[in-house]
Amino acid sequence: MLSAPLLVGASFAYLLMLFAVAWYGDRRARQGRSIIGNAWVYALSMAVYCTAWTYFGSVGRASTSGVWFLPIYLGPTLAMIVAWMVVRKMIRITRTYRLTSIADFIASRYGKSPTLAGMVTLITVVGIVPYIALQLKAVASGYAVLTTLPGEAVAAAGPWWGDSTLYVALTLAGFAMVFGTRHLDTTERHEGMVAAIAFESVVKLVAFLSVGLFVSYSMFDGLGDLFARALAHPELRPLLALEQGRPFTYEQWFALTVLSMMSVLFLPRQFQVMVVENVDERHLRRAAWVFPLYLLLINLFVLPIALGGLLHFGPGNTDAEAFVLSLPLANGQPALALFAFIGGLSAATGMVIVETIAVSTMVCNDLVMPLLLRTRRFGARAGGDLTRLLLLIRRTAIVGIMFLGYAYFHIAGEAYALVSIGLISFAAITQFAPAALGGMYWKGGTREGAMAGLAAGFALWAWTLMLPSIAKSGWMDTGFITHGPWGTTLLRPEQLFGLTGLDNLTHSLFWSLLANITAYVAISLWRTPSAREISQALLFVDVFERTASSGPVFWRGRAQVSDLQPLIARFLGEARSQSLFEAYARDAGVARIDQIKPDAQLVQFAETQLAGAIGSASARVMVASVVEEEALGLDDVMRILEEASQLRAYSHALEDKSRSLERATAELRAANDQLKSLDRLKDDFMSSVTHELRTPLTSIRALSELMVDDPKMDGQQRQHFLGIIVSETERLSRLVNQVLDMAKIESGQAEWHNSEVDLRALIVKALDTTREMFRERGARVELHAPEHLPALRADPDRLTQVMLNLLANAGKFVPRGTGHVEVRVRSDARGVTVDVHDNGPGVPAEERALVFERFRQGGHGVNRPAGTGLGLPISRQIIEHFGGRMWLEPDPGQGACFSFNLPWNTQKNPPAPAEAGGGDTP
Amino acid sequence: MRTCAAARNPLERAPSMTAHLHHQRLAALFAAALLLFNFPLLALWDRELTVFGVPLFPAALFFVWGVLIALLAWSMERTQR
Repeated sequence: MLSAPLLVGASFAYLLMLFAVAWYGDRRARQGRSIIGNAWVYALSMAVYCTAWTYFGSVGRASTSGVWFLPIYLGPTLAMIVAWMVVRKMIRITRTYRLTSIADFIASRYGKSPTLAGMVTLITVVGIVPYIALQLKAVASGYAVLTTLPGEAVAAAGPWWGDSTLYVALTLAGFAMVFGTRHLDTTERHEGMVAAIAFESVVKLVAFLSVGLFVSYSMFDGLGDLFARALAHPELRPLLALEQGRPFTYEQWFALTVLSMMSVLFLPRQFQVMVVENVDERHLRRAAWVFPLYLLLINLFVLPIALGGLLHFGPGNTDAEAFVLSLPLANGQPALALFAFIGGLSAATGMVIVETIAVSTMVCNDLVMPLLLRTRRFGARAGGDLTRLLLLIRRTAIVGIMFLGYAYFHIAGEAYALVSIGLISFAAITQFAPAALGGMYWKGGTREGAMAGLAAGFALWAWTLMLPSIAKSGWMDTGFITHGPWGTTLLRPEQLFGLTGLDNLTHSLFWSLLANITAYVAISLWRTPSAREISQALLFVDVFERTASSGPVFWRGRAQVSDLQPLIARFLGEARSQSLFEAYARDAGVARIDQIKPDAQLVQFAETQLAGAIGSASARVMVASVVEEEALGLDDVMRILEEASQLRAYSHALEDKSRSLERATAELRAANDQLKSLDRLKDDFMSSVTHELRTPLTSIRALSELMVDDPKMDGQQRQHFLGIIVSETERLSRLVNQVLDMAKIESGQAEWHNSEVDLRALIVKALDTTREMFRERGARVELHAPEHLPALRADPDRLTQVMLNLLANAGKFVPRGTGHVEVRVRSDARGVTVDVHDNGPGVPAEERALVFERFRQGGHGVNRPAGTGLGLPISRQIIEHFGGRMWLEPDPGQGACFSFNLPWNTQKNPPAPAEAGGGDTP
Repeated sequence: MRTCAAARNPLERAPSMTAHLHHQRLAALFAAALLLFNFPLLALWDRELTVFGVPLFPAALFFVWGVLIALLAWSMERTQR
């Protein structure tokens, strides 16, 4: 056994640590560096689902019915599979309309009905108090197990002030007050609390897994050994099968799955951490699978621990719920037992903290405030700051709920096993499912329908499950269970209308959900929804199709900023209200608050802000009391909706138009730039051409003038001059021809006479033509070409022109006497490449980019060779016309290497030069 | 103007198509989970066999559960981008 001071000390040290974690989380949130803005923390906080009920109760259940603890965790897995559709929608709705609890959620959907909100809150309180009691009971009995000697009876309860459970309850209430109600937040978010819950989830998982590993691998020789011994045991063997002699086995299994699936969505604490505290919808992506994984892990060792306990202590041990603690303790591991107790404490405290905060918000907003606001003192026309009052109510509610739980634990807690209490709570919460899910997906649900459904479901739940459980605890005469009320056997709570065979839970769930859904649907279909119901239905069901700012505002009337702002200030505080309205003014584009246009948007804004503080139903009442509003008819709602969607369509169209205008402007600008640069090119070209024409013309003119002025010039001189004139004229006509050629090719008017070309023969011919020139300069020419090349389809004359050009070019630059030109032809699957490599001076790096431009000639000043400067540009145009590419090898070693590449052109009509140029880049 | 609108539409439709696919996947997974965890598929495992010393029924439950979680994780994380 462990000493009581140690246990109490460790527990309080752990709770202090929780305070520290929560304090740190809050501090980081204030600094704007949230630690909960993270999908993992979000997923862990969802694991608040695993309470002491999981921690201790699952083992207890497993020890009496084997795998039947599992459906409670399979249901949430099913819910998480569709979380991306369902939970995300809940988050979006809650965020958009500033809802703060499940009661608010349901009430808001059905026309912001205060009555409905109150009903949901009452059902929650009735359903949840036993569940809180269960947590306290778990902690108390865990404490008892660890502090009593084995075999000794649990010490008789001391005076009430000596009861440690009371102190645990008080500490938890304090925690919930500090981190749940320290300040009023219009979104009801509590970062510190979430951080603490996520931390607790880690602790309880690690603790439970530690015990599981200890039992399986230290006490037994692995899982195989454990199960083998259990299977050999005639009393334990049935636990490992499904049926275990129950009737309607699969129906029960299914019922438990549905029950837990609904609970994980609508339990107040799940709604709080999963929906209200959600930081970013996208976190749901990861949480949707991490949370089920967490459930799987924490359940992995439930069966081994239960079987291990039964094998160790002997079957029929009634205290199976404490196996997690008693097994390590009985095997001489007090430290592990203490750790396991801390894990259980984690599970219990996490649940209690979140649940009391969530339920206190509901009690405050949906039970107390509506009543208070009707009184003269606090009503709509009264003044005075109510923020402190709001906080006070919530704190009182937290303490109140905690004391209800504590009282229930003392009065009725002893009678029932943990699992039964938990399931009764789950069944109560499941009654919210039709109204909540129906409200999210069906526009036809009405307020009366939801109320009738809830009332019918709750009544049947109370009759068939709650009352019998109270009676069986010895607080009521059990006669009505066995004989029915007033002897009417048909109304016996556990065999209602003579339905027998099902277990109590399935029986109750069947009747209550049947009545709930039937009443909800039938009464909803009874009449047309009112304008307010249909407008809220539209806002909920189609929440993904509109945002809060662009959605329709179903309100008409007259309002004044000077009425609304003080109203907000009453509930949120003067400073907060001022900053909210200033922000609104900024968004609306006006300088001062009194310039805000008091339109429907503003009223909606005020109501939404208020809803965050006091719930949507009370906010509606409050806002309605300070503005003059006109009742909307169904037609008005439809008209507003149509206007909003028209407005949306218009703004879409406008966006489209401005986008396409922008595009057109950009296109025009690009075209203009292109035209400008073409114009500049043309000017350059003109001046180059005229310059090139002028040089020969000048010499022709000068020589002719000389000859005209000097008729006595001797014949030899004259002959020499005439020779120069002839060669200059040739150069002129060559230039004019090339310019014309170039113009033709560029404008696409050149004539192409395509035929099958043998490239090798063509090159050989070109080499023959230039042989004389190379010989004159004393240069050697080599050809490396494969013997057989496939035929190309091209214009042979044009290709010859290209080859001659490149060869002449090479011949011009090779050094006299030692020149060497190499022509290489390579072919591959895509085409053929020709290199013309000389050993001249090469092309300087800075001129490389320019060699293919018109009138750019290599060499400088005096040693500039003869030529027009159009040869290479024309050659390149020709090559590109055939879909090929011509380039200057960037690093050929010595000299210059011009290359071109031609694809095996099979097309009849080669593509236009411009397209081909860009198309065939290796 | 008309060409602009035509050019925009396929782009808009593309994400919603993948979103639909994602939703359909989840719906299919939900249906599969519902079937696997209920009669009669569940009954297939309820027999006296052991897998590595662990009785078949609990082992199969945890295995099916794990596979479903893995598929869910795959489906959720895949569309994270």
